Amino acid sequence: MSVEKRVAFKSRGLPWLLLAPQLAVVGVFFFWPAAQALLQAMQQQDSFGASVVWVGLDNFRALFTDGDYLASLRLSLLFALLVAGSGLALALLLACMAQRVLRGARWYRTLLILPYAVAPAVAGVLWFFMFAPGLGLIAHGLEWLGLDWNPLLNAQHALVLIVVAAVWKQLSYNFLFFLAGLQAIPPSLIEAAAIDGAGPWRRFWTITLPMLSPTSFFLLVINMVYAFFDTFAIVDATTHGGPGKDTAILVYKVYYDGFKAMDLGGSAAQSVVLMAVVIVLTVLQFRFVEKRVNY
Amino acid sequence: MRRMIAPALATVLLSIGLSSPAQAQTEIQWWHSMGGALGEWVNDLAKDFNASQKDYKIVPTYKGSYDESMTAAIAAYRAGNAPALLQVFEVGTATMMASHGAIKPVGEVMKEAGIKFDPNEFVPAVAGYYTAPNGQMLSFPFNSSTTVLFYNKDAFKAAGLDPNKPPLTWTEVALDAAKLKAAGSKCPFTTGWQGWTQLESFSTWHNVEFATLDNGFGGPAARLAFNSPLHVRHIENLANMAKQGLFVYKGRGNAPDASLVSGECAMETGSSSLYGIVKRNSSFAFGIAPLPYYHDVPGAPQNTIIGGASLWVMSGHKPAEYKGVAAFLAYLARPDVAAASHQRTGYLPVTKAAYALTDKSGYYKANPGTDIAVEQMIRKTTAKSRGLRLGNYVQIRNIEDEELEQVWAGKKTAKQALDEAVQRGNEQLERFQKLNR
Repeated sequence: MSVEKRVAFKSRGLPWLLLAPQLAVVGVFFFWPAAQALLQAMQQQDSFGASVVWVGLDNFRALFTDGDYLASLRLSLLFALLVAGSGLALALLLACMAQRVLRGARWYRTLLILPYAVAPAVAGVLWFFMFAPGLGLIAHGLEWLGLDWNPLLNAQHALVLIVVAAVWKQLSYNFLFFLAGLQAIPPSLIEAAAIDGAGPWRRFWTITLPMLSPTSFFLLVINMVYAFFDTFAIVDATTHGGPGKDTAILVYKVYYDGFKAMDLGGSAAQSVVLMAVVIVLTVLQFRFVEKRVNY
Repeated sequence: MRRMIAPALATVLLSIGLSSPAQAQTEIQWWHSMGGALGEWVNDLAKDFNASQKDYKIVPTYKGSYDESMTAAIAAYRAGNAPALLQVFEVGTATMMASHGAIKPVGEVMKEAGIKFDPNEFVPAVAGYYTAPNGQMLSFPFNSSTTVLFYNKDAFKAAGLDPNKPPLTWTEVALDAAKLKAAGSKCPFTTGWQGWTQLESFSTWHNVEFATLDNGFGGPAARLAFNSPLHVRHIENLANMAKQGLFVYKGRGNAPDASLVSGECAMETGSSSLYGIVKRNSSFAFGIAPLPYYHDVPGAPQNTIIGGASLWVMSGHKPAEYKGVAAFLAYLARPDVAAASHQRTGYLPVTKAAYALTDKSGYYKANPGTDIAVEQMIRKTTAKSRGLRLGNYVQIRNIEDEELEQVWAGKKTAKQALDEAVQRGNEQLERFQKLNR
């Protein structure tokens, strides 16, 4: 029999006081900007903020009647799936391999964690140079293989470029979580399976992967959010959304229209839409994917 | 903690001690976007001006790239602490003009300070860009460049071409490019700033309309017109060259410059301010030629269009600061100062006197090619060639890039892409007009 342990506060004020710092941080850094974005999305203003016109839903109407915007939405979904999918698979592979390494394990792990310390713009430039036709090491290699590599004019090549850069940037984060998840799996389970005659492949699918499912689910959500929100600097540093608009993902358009073109109303409307898209996606993931997670 | 307080206190005391003799001086903040060697140039200008008198002190601050410093200044203006002087790229001109009292016209600043200031002393195609319809100069043309053709003389020689006979027309560009390709060049021709060189400057150079209402000088109701038969013909021509491997697309903005400097591309149309970089970093002999044109177009060549930036005076500062700004701008326009700037940076001379002085000093003879850009500009402009005054132009440049890339990739015909670019650009102009009636 266990006694329920409850802490009761004598006054009503104290709990609020204790919560206040956290509430203040969330309010100032999340709710206030989000409210501002909503407000600005209903307005159009010139760059200097001298004339503000209330336009209601005009900014949103403009977005959804623009075929390019819908194309960008589809592109962002594809991009997020590619980044999250290949990012998780690669990180899991590396984590499994790092787990098995006996000598110099620390070195491998440190090296794998390094990219996380690199700023997105730097990551973008780095891959841009390696993939730059005529300059880059990888571009030379691809040409040597007979591939006419040209991310400046070939949309698929450009997409590959930003996906690779985005995946690489997030790889360390995923790797760390997978490694921690792997280390938390009791070795006795694996050993028992091995004694029962399960091979490495079978052990991975029936024991390791299910045991990792909470980690994988968490990482899936985080990676989707990362691909949707955090990748504009990579696009800005590599393709500028080109060729044409073929790599202009939603968050890059938000950044470009707001900070380069200074169309605050249009940019705010886009950020509201983006926020809604990510909220919906996250809810969907919790409803459908989480059912398959065993904690 | 105490260990940190002591140095902080010392710094405060020290700075009070250092600044006290300068208290009679009026400090003037100047935000700019000149990095590297150009940043040194800006700092030297401020230093020399500060040393030349003791009433004012210009404090230059590097605020990142053109769009970054403009964004920073606008944010600062909204917060009530904008700098007195701000460098803005030519693309931002219409935005600055429509800023509803955020700026103070340079003509007005000079008049209030009682300094003689004649806009006619400036190079017309440069000053025209920054002048209001009533003839008042709105911003000070600080660093202007224009579009020229750079070519690799060694590559020309290797292809059996005369290195002293650059192509002058687009027909000759294609012919020379074919010879270069036959001699093994992987990139006979490329272009930097495609929207600026192949659409904007192309229009003024051929004296055809880029946008209605005198390219926007006639008011915010102007709409784009760069889908005329001549424009389509030119873009089609470039698309054909791209198909044959004579024109190789090397990216947006100044990204293609590197392929000229490395020797990969034999010809590039780009900014004249590339001169210093090619001269310092390339390992081959290079030449500069005027922007190519179509010889059958009547009135061509007219004049090319400028790029670069100008200095805007922001409102809301003390009268003493404006006097200082006026004195500084007058200093920058002095023939000797402007001539020295022109020769040091490769930017165009700001005033006619600076050009004459540079010419007299024998600089152009000693540095062949440096006069090409000046000669393209130092002409009497027409209503179609004076410049551009279009709102939301940062976005329109981007639209030009996006649509042209579709042509180079073979996804759209020249006509389709230009029509689409005009239509999308016009949507931007309509938005701008709605906000700036």
